[in-house]
Amino acid sequence: MTNWIIAVLLLVGSIIMLIGSVGLVRMPDLYSRMQATTKSMTLAVVCLLLAVVIYFGEPGVTLRALLVITFYCVTSPIAAHMIGRAAYFCGVPLWEKTQLDELRGRYDHKTRTLDSGPAGAESGADAGDAPRYQSDPSPTETS
Amino acid sequence: MMLAVQVNLPAVANVALLLLSASLLLTFIRLVRGPSLPDRVVALDQFAAIVVGMIAVYTIDMGRDEVLRAAIVLALIAFLSTVAFARYAERRGRP
Repeated sequence: MTNWIIAVLLLVGSIIMLIGSVGLVRMPDLYSRMQATTKSMTLAVVCLLLAVVIYFGEPGVTLRALLVITFYCVTSPIAAHMIGRAAYFCGVPLWEKTQLDELRGRYDHKTRTLDSGPAGAESGADAGDAPRYQSDPSPTETS
Repeated sequence: MMLAVQVNLPAVANVALLLLSASLLLTFIRLVRGPSLPDRVVALDQFAAIVVGMIAVYTIDMGRDEVLRAAIVLALIAFLSTVAFARYAERRGRP
C-alpha cells in the first residue's frame, strides 16, 4: 500500500514537472512562461519530496525533506516576483495579443515605486493614452 | 484483498527519471533559445528544481539518504542566484 502511494507521488511529480517544462517552451512571452513554471515547479518538488518522506519514514530524512519543501514554498514566489519585476523594468515585451496591462503607467521609473489606488482615481489627466481597461463595463462580443 | 499487485518501485523510479530527463531537455531548449536574459533566468530556476526532483527520485532508487543534503544546498543556491540575476538585470536596464 505504501509503495502505491510512493509510485503515484513519483509519477504525478514527474508529469507535473514535464508539463511545466512544456509550458516553458511553448508559451508566447516571458510572463506566461513564468506563470507556467513557477507553480508547477513548487508542486512537483513537493510531490517528489513527500515520496521520499513516505519511503524512508525516518526522523532525519523527514526533517531534511520538510526543510526543502518549506524552503521551496517560501522562496519560489519571491524569486518569481523579483525576476518578473526586473523583466518589466528592463522592458521585456509582452505578447502582442495581451488584453490587459494593469501596470502600464503605474510604475514611476525613477523611484521604482508603484502608484496604487483605483484606476484613474488621482491621475486621470496623464492616463489618457491607451486605456488600461475597456471603458464600457460589458464585454464586447465581437471576437 | 485490494491492491494485491505489488508495485515495482525501481521501475517507477526509472520512469520518473526518464520524464524528468525529458523536461530537463525541454528546459535546455528554452535556455539556449531564450530571447532575453530573464527568460534564461527562469529556465535556470526550472533547471535547478528539476535537478532537486531528480535527487529525490534517485534517493528512492538508491535507498540511501546521503544525497538529500545536496538538494538543500541546490535549492538555496538556486534561490540566491535567481535573486542575484534579477538584481543584475534590473540594474543593467535592457532586456
